[in-house]
Amino acid sequence: MMTLLLALSVLLISGCAALVASASPRWATILGVGGVLVSSVLGLVPTLDVLFGAPMLALHASWPVPYGAFFVELDALSAFFLLPTFLLAALAAVYGGEYMLTHAREKWLGPPWFFYNLLVASMVLVLIARNGVLFLMAWEIMALASFFLVTFDHEQANVRDAGWTYLVATHLGAACVMVVFLLLGRQFGSLDFDRFSAPPELASVLFLLAVAGFGSKAGFAPFHVWLPEAHPAAPSHVSALMSGVMIKTGIYGLIRVLTFLGPPPLWWGGVLIGIGLTSGVFGVLFALAQHDLKRLLAYHSVENIGIIALGLGVGLLGVSTNSPSLTVLGFAGGLLHVVNHALFKGLLFLGAGAVMHGAGTGEIDHLGGLFKRMPHAGIAFLIGAVAISGLPPLNGFVSEFLIYLGAFHGVSSLAGTIAVAVLGVIAGLALIGGLAAACFTKAFGIVFLGEPRSDHAAHAHEPGLAMRLPMFLLAASCLLIGLLAPSVVGALIPMLENVTNLSRETIQANLDLATGPLLFVAMTSLGLFGLIAVLAGLRRWLLSRQQVEECVTWDCGYAHPTARMQYTASSFAHPLISLFKMFLHTRSRFSSPQGLFPRDAALSTETEDLSRRYLFQPAFVLIGRSLSSLRWLQQGQIQLYVLYIALTLLVLLVWGLG
Amino acid sequence: MPLVPVLHLLLALGCAPLLVSIVRRTKALVAGRTGQPLLQPYRDLWKLLQKGAVYSRTTTWVFRAGPVVGLAAVLTALLVMPFGGARALVAFPGDFLFFAYLLGLLRFFTVLAALDTGSSFEGMGASREVTFSALAEPALFLGLAVIARQTDSLSLSTMLSGVTAEMWRQYGPALVLVSIGFMIVFLTENARIPVDDPTTHLELTMIHEVMVLDHSGPDLAYITYGSALKLWILGALLVGILAPVRSGSLWLDSGVACAAMIGVAIVTGLIESSMARLRLLYVPQLLVGAGVLSALALMLVLR
Repeated sequence: MMTLLLALSVLLISGCAALVASASPRWATILGVGGVLVSSVLGLVPTLDVLFGAPMLALHASWPVPYGAFFVELDALSAFFLLPTFLLAALAAVYGGEYMLTHAREKWLGPPWFFYNLLVASMVLVLIARNGVLFLMAWEIMALASFFLVTFDHEQANVRDAGWTYLVATHLGAACVMVVFLLLGRQFGSLDFDRFSAPPELASVLFLLAVAGFGSKAGFAPFHVWLPEAHPAAPSHVSALMSGVMIKTGIYGLIRVLTFLGPPPLWWGGVLIGIGLTSGVFGVLFALAQHDLKRLLAYHSVENIGIIALGLGVGLLGVSTNSPSLTVLGFAGGLLHVVNHALFKGLLFLGAGAVMHGAGTGEIDHLGGLFKRMPHAGIAFLIGAVAISGLPPLNGFVSEFLIYLGAFHGVSSLAGTIAVAVLGVIAGLALIGGLAAACFTKAFGIVFLGEPRSDHAAHAHEPGLAMRLPMFLLAASCLLIGLLAPSVVGALIPMLENVTNLSRETIQANLDLATGPLLFVAMTSLGLFGLIAVLAGLRRWLLSRQQVEECVTWDCGYAHPTARMQYTASSFAHPLISLFKMFLHTRSRFSSPQGLFPRDAALSTETEDLSRRYLFQPAFVLIGRSLSSLRWLQQGQIQLYVLYIALTLLVLLVWGLG
Repeated sequence: MPLVPVLHLLLALGCAPLLVSIVRRTKALVAGRTGQPLLQPYRDLWKLLQKGAVYSRTTTWVFRAGPVVGLAAVLTALLVMPFGGARALVAFPGDFLFFAYLLGLLRFFTVLAALDTGSSFEGMGASREVTFSALAEPALFLGLAVIARQTDSLSLSTMLSGVTAEMWRQYGPALVLVSIGFMIVFLTENARIPVDDPTTHLELTMIHEVMVLDHSGPDLAYITYGSALKLWILGALLVGILAPVRSGSLWLDSGVACAAMIGVAIVTGLIESSMARLRLLYVPQLLVGAGVLSALALMLVLR
């Protein structure tokens, strides 16, 4: 435990030191990045220890805060979430070191590094806190630190907007979480997690509050509105960290609360599956409709959180129907997807950052042909794209495979009406998978392949080593998890023990339902690589004896094809967008060509978030309006306010006596 | 005994182009032509392998990797697809997921290779391909869920060998619905009429052919052979349900399956001769229809 606390203090000290050294960009960067690196290495030691079976660590110190205690604990579940946190924090920091230097002229780098380190430290504390007050304080620091990182480019109006949306959303979520803790702690008058007990009659209310509260951090639809605003606004390495791990603290919180709530009724699983399906399908559909690379990735986080929710939903369904195979496979898939998403989404955001760094824009339709200009970043992005589309042999396939397998076990074992829920999971995952592949062929194909569509893209350049290395490491880990899937899944056992209350043997036996097949998958995938090598060799041998020429792309005999004739991202996604237009409400502005020799014609489309436009905006307007009718109370005279206070006290006194 | 699956594997590798040939021959006969010789696809492949290649200057190595990864993915998918009621060479619970996603890998790289040329035609084909395949996927998985529930197994090998004449008697309606759903998936995935037209080279109206427009030489041979294999494996899936002869005798079962494969090819040819390609706007309705049929079949077996 001491090592972990040491890591925390290193983070805090280095953050403050970076703040002090603000005047020198070099020192601020060195201190900021160095602190994260050192503390990640320090933190990984106990994390890995616990993950590989060491007993859990705990520290309970009293704290003068009412109901508070400095109670921290490192069990398998915490360690499981800490692992990607430390890994991604370190890699994103190394990347950010180079990425941020481009801003060194116009801005001080001390504050962003201070908030970055603070964000990492608060995430770690959230994951190990075992006292409600401590948890909420860490939760709040996390929200504020990330708010200041999101508003790094605060000169731009849309960034300020994004920050504001994020601040509102995160606090509405925090309010729900606070109520959850208060209700849980009421019975024994203590906010320590080990004294929490859920009153059975309130369990369902608590569940729904936790879904809303933690779900708004995680990005469950329709609470996801802040996500597509905030992630594109933040610097890319921060987006990677926020999307890769910060939103997962919401998943962590939800799972943690579930362990307090006792046996779940059937419909809880149904709720999570419903949320998973809406988040998954809507996330990927909205992603398809986006023209900004980082916004597209942000919507994909909503999609992947949906997949995680589907896994947890299948798991909960398993718990309530007493079916260990569903429980184990569902939770295992959902939780493994947490790590997998951290890896490939981190990778993709870093890749998007490299694109913006190299080409100066993230507008997909202004890019193209980057693969020739930045081959290294391109191949890393390609690996991330294959992984997030859930294609074998990369890691995305492994976690989706587990969830599918759980759902298919449900199809054969569950009674008719309940089986409909898992059928939803199967059809939903299949649709999400197909749409995600569509979206990432678009993202990679339009950005990296073809001819450059603008001068920016034509003059793009490869990022430096400090930016490339983290991307390569993340890409390699995507591949490794895919190929070592059986042992990776085996390592989930201690954590599943924590979550499911099943015995080690049961978990082992049910995980074997997946590890066996995954071994086959891994072996066959190696065969796939072998085949690729053989076929590539054959092709090379065949061509070595023949003439190979280069020519222009065949375009119906056009003599001079230009880059403007290429399919754009909007045109690529158009069939799917128009197919789902009843959900997307894409608005388009079209000026048609006029006259005999038309010169100008333009089409622009914009897809605004549905729940933002039709749910939250009207709701907030309504609340604002009804509250403004209370304006008459606010007269601006101090005497009146004192009167209010006195009256309130009087009422309370009477109420207390009566 | 691994001998039978290996024999079936060799059968697939050898006869897949023949299947394409049978489809073409059927269409020719219906149209009143003699049609090309049955071995023509093999000659085409052989000729393409001997040829040089022309590459667009726009392309990168993704374009060259497309056919290689695609063919490798189909070959790997072939390993888990059983034939004639026998086991496949590789069989494990959930192998159908691996199978479906390997086809996804093939599609992913074909689409990227198409986008790599920067041609608007190929972009158009790629865009249609991802649209239709995303809609075909749920139909395939729901149909497989029906079979999985009825046979209580999660591996293609046991699932398909579990479909017997007895099961047809009991759950005939559900299996008919699933078969129709799978037939639509089969036609879609193999770029057949009514979804796509494998013979036209009119870029505005087609999907698969336009995506491979810029490939030549051995690359085109890989693609052609890969799509023949894809026709074979998806046909084998259909045949596994439609020809439930499970006598236990290798020769009888395989013979019936082969005959059924030829039957599927002929039916495909007849469908292609008797109807026109759908307007692209209506294809999604067809695919959603396939999904609905699979879902209906599930309702029938779940009650």
